[in-house]
Formats: sequence, structure tokens, C-alpha cells
Amino acid sequence: MTEMVYGSMPGRVVEPVLPRWWRSIDRWSLAAVFLLFSIGMLLGLAASVPLAQRNGLDVFHYVQRQAFFGGLGLAVMVGISMMQPAMVRRLGVLGFLASFMALALLPVFGTDFGKGAVRWFSLGFASVQPSEFLKPGFIVLSAWLISASQDIGGPRGKSASFLILAVIVLLLAFQPDFGQAALILFGWGVVYFVAGAPLVLILSVIGLTGAAGFFAYNNSEHFARRINGFLSPEVDPRTQLGYATNAIQEGGFFGVGVGEGQVKWSLPDAHTDFIIAVAAEEYGLVLVLMIIALYTTIVVRSLFRLLRERDPFTRLAGAGLAAIFAVQAMINMGVAVRLLPAKGMTLPFVSYGGSSVIAAGITMGMLLALTRTRPQGEIAEILLRRGR
Amino acid sequence: MTRTPLRPLARILSAREKGENPDHIEAENKRLRAEASRDRQRGRAEGRLLILGFAFFVGFAVVGLRMGDLAASVPEEPRSFASGAQISAARADITDRKGRLLATNLSTHALYAHPKQMIDPPRVARELAALFPEMKPEDLERRFTDGRSFLWLRRKLSPEQMQAVHEIGDPGLLFGPRDMRLYPNGTLGAHILGGSSFGAEGVHSAEVIGTAGIERAMDARLRDPALASQPLALSIDLSVQTAMREVLDAGMVMMNAKGAAGILMDVRTGEVLSLVSLPDFDPNDRPNPLVKGDPADSPLFNRAVQGVYELGSTFKIFATAQALELGLVNPDTMVDANAPMRWGKHTINEFQRKNYGPKLSVTDVIVKSSNVGTARLALQIGAERQQSFLRRLGFFAPTSLELSEAPGARPLIPARWPEIVTITTSYGHGMSASPMHLATAYAAIANKGVMVQPTLLRREGTVEGVRVMSERTAQASVEMLRKVVTEGTASYAEVPGYAIAGKTGTADKPKRTGGYYKDKVINTFASIFPAEDPRYVLIVTLDEPVDTSGPEPRRTAGWTAVPVAAEVVRRVAPLLGVRPQIETLVPDAVSARRN
Repeated sequence: MTEMVYGSMPGRVVEPVLPRWWRSIDRWSLAAVFLLFSIGMLLGLAASVPLAQRNGLDVFHYVQRQAFFGGLGLAVMVGISMMQPAMVRRLGVLGFLASFMALALLPVFGTDFGKGAVRWFSLGFASVQPSEFLKPGFIVLSAWLISASQDIGGPRGKSASFLILAVIVLLLAFQPDFGQAALILFGWGVVYFVAGAPLVLILSVIGLTGAAGFFAYNNSEHFARRINGFLSPEVDPRTQLGYATNAIQEGGFFGVGVGEGQVKWSLPDAHTDFIIAVAAEEYGLVLVLMIIALYTTIVVRSLFRLLRERDPFTRLAGAGLAAIFAVQAMINMGVAVRLLPAKGMTLPFVSYGGSSVIAAGITMGMLLALTRTRPQGEIAEILLRRGR
Repeated sequence: MTRTPLRPLARILSAREKGENPDHIEAENKRLRAEASRDRQRGRAEGRLLILGFAFFVGFAVVGLRMGDLAASVPEEPRSFASGAQISAARADITDRKGRLLATNLSTHALYAHPKQMIDPPRVARELAALFPEMKPEDLERRFTDGRSFLWLRRKLSPEQMQAVHEIGDPGLLFGPRDMRLYPNGTLGAHILGGSSFGAEGVHSAEVIGTAGIERAMDARLRDPALASQPLALSIDLSVQTAMREVLDAGMVMMNAKGAAGILMDVRTGEVLSLVSLPDFDPNDRPNPLVKGDPADSPLFNRAVQGVYELGSTFKIFATAQALELGLVNPDTMVDANAPMRWGKHTINEFQRKNYGPKLSVTDVIVKSSNVGTARLALQIGAERQQSFLRRLGFFAPTSLELSEAPGARPLIPARWPEIVTITTSYGHGMSASPMHLATAYAAIANKGVMVQPTLLRREGTVEGVRVMSERTAQASVEMLRKVVTEGTASYAEVPGYAIAGKTGTADKPKRTGGYYKDKVINTFASIFPAEDPRYVLIVTLDEPVDTSGPEPRRTAGWTAVPVAAEVVRRVAPLLGVRPQIETLVPDAVSARRN
């Protein structure tokens, strides 16, 4: 009756959170991430046992830790992927501020774990590498600044983000951690590229890099030796690279068999930087191609979904996040097959490491949040265009 | 593109007329402009996202293809040799003419360290220093801890040392296989073999390269992987070499000489059966060359090949042989031997200012070793013909022996050749050559006038040579040389059963400052045996010998080099299978009774 008199109550007709999430999320990418993580756990069962034995721990100690942190990371990912882009932006900027402070404080409170570079905070039960968390935060921040700069009368976002980039790269170079510095540089480059960097600038940067490399190759004996060593077909079989190459060759197409691999016993970084070699040796090319296909699926699908995106911030941030995710995976595998010079970089979701897997969860969560299907104002546009 | 103004005057005016706020028009235009720019941005971004997606796809595809390529290739087996492939450690053995080993390879290990993998550097440093006296613990510890990741510790380890290092038990100490060159006979044949050292070195193997002697001269052959399994057979006979070295060593002590050299050569094939130079060295532990002073004082110096000496009266036979060959004289022709002989401002004397004159037969010129007689013959021959004969005998060029030192041993030839040089050269002064040159030339006489190039490699079958004199001349020269032993200066060379023919030579050593020493000589005995059918040439040279068994020191070759050479023949001839000439026994009382 009341309804007949007053009309129905103006309730909010909003879809519940979870169904909406499930409907709009990129389910293929989500599945790929879960698959990658399971493969990582499976490989960890083999690859981290020698390390645990060396350190006198329970054989599956590292597997358990990875399960815990991986679960945390995946939960964080799912949680973040439910956010709206504006929320992602807030989170990213706040995360950036926190991790930037942490990065700046590293020389004071950080430890180097005897590896010669101060990259970690030791928290007792775990260690945190701020640069892992800085990457997604910085990408979101630059995407925000650059997209804002595209508005008429907007701030000078490109210069501002470039300035921040320079500071970060300097801080990382001081650690030294050139791998992460290069990764961040590349992420920013992708954001700037998608935002419409002038082609002349891109070409001249490529040209200058090439010229600088050529100059360095001809004038610096050290640099030339490094490059020659990388280019030479022979690899000393007692180096990590030599073992990795050998493991991939031993594995062949179908692997030597579960648990039969040898490389994990010789490589100190078998469970992190060279996990792909363990995969190749024990399960063969089949599993490696599957891992590559999963990464390709995530990256290419995300980029294609962003094609339809109309909001500049979402587009830029999504492209940047997808790029750092892809490049990190590519560098890790490229090193193992000697396509790239050696550089310690983890394989997201597959490599062992608490920081790594949580940071990957954050990155992937943001990417999933940004690639969700949203109303893109198609109807409004049609109405507004008015025959244009 | 035409740019629409934000406040088009016509619309503003009409709006004002209608009483509308003209700012709305500006806001509307701003919105349209932003929208247009956004559309442009979006269009461009779409293209670039496509490019990015494509680039990442290609990137992952490349990684995948490379993985497939690697997985399809066969791993290198065995692992530890993967990077040593370029270094070929194979080196052929060297044997003597009967296949007895002169040089071979021994697998040993080199010791290196990876300090980054080292658990307890101070302890390792301490224990290594205890094992190897040449290492200092502080020094080692500093090198282990200064941040390098690799360092060599020792090039060669014996199995015992290797075990001891194993027992230190540190994972940072590692071994690399090393093929070591081993000369099982020690000093025997040291100057022939020379020595070797490591060339290019890697962790997994090292190249062995020859540094001297035949190891260096035949380096390419020895390192040829295709021939690595075939040993290089030398012309040397190890037992002969042993006997020769023993006798020369004893003779050197007995004659108080500072050096000795001996060459035994097969005249028919040119094969050098033995080549000894004393003092010698152990090629397993080759000494460093002298950095100052006379290199000839180093044991590395090969007197037989590198030593270029005035060989004295041994040269006289070349003058008589050439005179016979040219038909100027026959062995019985009497020549003027009145001493002293004056030639311009020079005076030619005989030994100890004797006078064998007024006339001597050509045979006696050789038997008595008359300088004046030889000089007269040389003057008849003339400078040009003398030079061309000596050139054909090989005295003007280095020998072709397969030793790295041979090409450097160039004979010293006078720059100009006036008649006085013709005279002095005829009795072996004024020009210098090595004992090897002399052996080659004597071999030509012994081999019926045919000269064969000397070699240190075993030769199969007959060897073609160059005829340098007629068989008759050669025959006559050997007979004259035989008389030197039976009647002349080399009477100590009479060995029962073996007829030796030869010529002594005593040359004063030249001073560095010019002129000659009075009491320093080079004594040479150049011999051929057996005289009736010459097979071998033996040259024995003693450096600064002096025989002190008599009342006064004697320095002529007849007293020093000849007895040593005789002893060599006595020892060596049976080893060579030379049948002794046994005189028919006259039955005496003892043997008669037994019969």
C-alpha cells in the first residue's frame, strides 16, 4: 500500500560486490596467476629442499613458508582486485610514499645479508625488499601524474614523475641494484610511451643508447669483455649460467623426471633466480612453454582489455603494471637461456620469496582491478557526440 | 585543423542579447576541446598498446623458442671439458730410434682456489703453507680474503701433494687436470729434447709447448692432434747416447775441461745417433737462461750445435782433399814445407815452431799436421775454389738439424778473403763453425764423397745425397786420416779391433778483446770408423782441456780429445754392431796345451 502511495523506496540498485567482481574480472588472467603459483609450489618442492638441507632445516621448510606467503600474496591480490580504479590510485600513491621512505632509509637501517648490496630490511622472521613494493606504487603514481597532465590546465605531471624517477634510479644505483633500476625505468618508459611520447624522442633515445653502447664497446675494455663473454657461444660450465644451460639441455622435451634433476644441488639460487632451469630439467620443455604461455596470456590479455579503456589513468597504470610484470618474467627466463646478461630477478609467483610473491600479488591485484570490465560511457558518448 | 575559439564573438553577443550567461558557452567549448583531445589521446594509446602487446608476445615467443632450441640440443659431455675444447693438451711422445721413450706426458693436477667458496681461509692458508714451503701463510690469507673469486696456487702437484691438499678438505680448493711433459731419462739427451712449458692455460687443461730443442723445432708436428698417437722417433740411440755421455763426462773431468761435446753420425743416412753437450741440465726442470755474461757458460748452451769455434787442424783434410780432387797433387807428391813461412808481413809457424821441411809428401802434411804444407796447397787451390768447396761442404750456412737452436748457429766467415785468409782457413783458423758442421763435412768424406744432410729424425731406406768429391779422393783422404792414427798425432786413437781414421785439431781460443789466449784451447778430434769401410763419424770436442799427467801441462788434441774419442769408440762400436777386426791368434804355449 505504502508503495502504491509513495512509490517504491528509492533503494540503491547496486550489484553485490562478489558477483560483480566475478563478472567483471579477467578470469583467464586470474586463473593463470593461480596456475603459476601452483607450478611455483610444485617446483619449490624440488628446488628448495637442498637449501633447507644445507641450512639444517626441515626439508619442506621453505615450501611451507612459500605456501604461507603465497596465500597472503594471493589474498592481497584478490582483495586489491576488488577495488575501483580511484581506490587503486590512492593505495598506489600511499604505497609509493611508504616504500619510497623505506628505500631512502635503507642505507641507515638496511642489511646486505652478506651479498654486498644493501637491499633489505631484516624484520627477524622475514626480510622486506622495499624496491619490490616501490615498483607498482611508482607506476600508479606516474600514471596518475601523466594522465592528469593531459587535462587542459593540468599539472606538469611528466616532468614531476620524471624527477621522481631520477631520484629512485639514483637511490637504487647506490645500493647497487641496477636490475630493479632498469625495470623501474622501463615501467615509466612504457607509461610515457602509451601516454603519447613523441616518436622523435623515442627514436632518439634508442639511437643514443645504441651509440653509447657502441662507444662503450669500442672504448672500454671491461665493457667489451663483458659483452664478448655474453656473446661467446662457450659458457664456463662451473658458473650458474653454465649449470642452468646444462640443466635445460639435460631436461630436453619431457624432462629427466620428477625429483631426478641435479641442477638444484649445484645452484645456490635454484629456488629463486634459476627456478626455470629446475623446471626445464625435471619436467622438460613442456612445462617451460606452459609457464611462458601463462605469462603471455596474462600480459597480452591485460593489454587488450586496456584497449577499450577510456579513462587515461586506468589505461596508463594498467599498461605500466603489465609491462613491469612481463619484463620481470622475461628477464628472469632470458638470463637462464643466455638471451640476456646475468641479472638477479625473480620469476613472479613462481620463484621462492616472501617479498617477491606479496609484491607480485599487489602488482597483479592492481592490474586485475584496472582491467575489470566497466561501463565505458558508451551510451553517454553516443548521446553527447551529437552527430559528430 | 581549424581551431574554434573558446568564446566565439557571434555566439557571445547573441547570448548576451538573450540575457544568457556567455560563460556557459566557454565552458561548453572547453569541454568539447578536452573531449577531442581525449579522443586523440585514446586513438594514439590504442595503437601503442597494440604495439606493446605485440612486442611482449614476440619477446615471450623468443624466450620460448630459445628454450626449445636449448632443450633440443645435446648437453656437452663430459661437463668438465666443455670450455677446454679450444685448448688441445695432446702432445705426441718422443722415442729414440728403437722406440725407447725419451719424452712423454704425465697426468697431474694444478691447484687453484675459489676463495668465495672457502670456509676457513686462515686455516687453509696455514695448512697450505705447511705443505708447500714456497708459500707464506700471511700472503695466502691476504689473497684469499681480498675479494677475488679465483686464483692459481700451483701449476703442478704430485699425487702425494694432491692427496695432502685433499685432506685439508676445504671446498674452495680445486684441482684442474694438467698434462705434464716428462723426460724419464733426465739429463740424457737434454740438449736434443730441449724442454717445454705451458702455453695457453685454462682450468680444465693447458697447452704444452716446446721451448727449445726438438720440442720447439717440431712443435707443430708434436701438437698435431691427428699424429698425437704416433710417437716421434728420433735418430738417437739411447744406449749409445748413454755411453757417449758417460765417457765424455769422465773425459771432461780427467782432462780438466770446462765443457765437452760429442757427435756420432751415420755417414750413409745422416742420422745423428748421439749428440752430447756437457755440462748439461735436466729438461724436467729447465734452468733459466743467463741474463748476463756469456750464454756459452750456461748449461743450456749446446756446444755441439750452437758452439761456433775455430776448429783448427781438422780443416787440413779439406785442403788436401780438394788438391787431390783438382788433380794438383797425389798423396805422394812432395810439397814445400819449410817453416817458418813468410807471407807478406805474416809468418806461418808449425806447432812449437818445429820445422818438418824442407819437403813433405801430401800424406805427411796431414800425418804431421803441417801448417806450412797445407798453406802451400791452399795457395795452389786459390781463394775462389777454396770458398766454393767449403760452401759445398756446408760451412757457409747453418745446419739443417731439427733443433730450434740450429738456425741461429751461423758459421763465422771472414768478410774479405785475401790470400792470408786462404792460408789460415786451410788449417782451420780465421773461420769458425760448429762441431755439427765438421761432422757433416767429415761424413761426406767417409760416405765416399757423397754428402747427406744431417738429421735428428729416424730415416727409413737409402738417402740421396750430393756428391762433393770423387770416390777416389774420398778413399785417399780416409787412408791419409788412418795414417794420422797409425803414425801421426792421434796415436792414442788406436783401439784394438777397430780401425779409426781421424784428424786432430787444436785451436787457440780467441780473446774477446782480439788476439788469442796462449793457454786456452779448443781441442777437437774428428774421426771416421771403421776405416776400411767407413760407417760412422765421431767428433769429440773439449773446451779448455789440459792434460796434467805428464811433467808439464799438455794442451794438444792428441793428448786430450783423442783418448776420449778412443774410449767412446771402444764403448760404442759394439753397441752399434760394428764387427771388430780380430787378428788371427798365434797359438802360444797356453792355448797349444789346451788343444
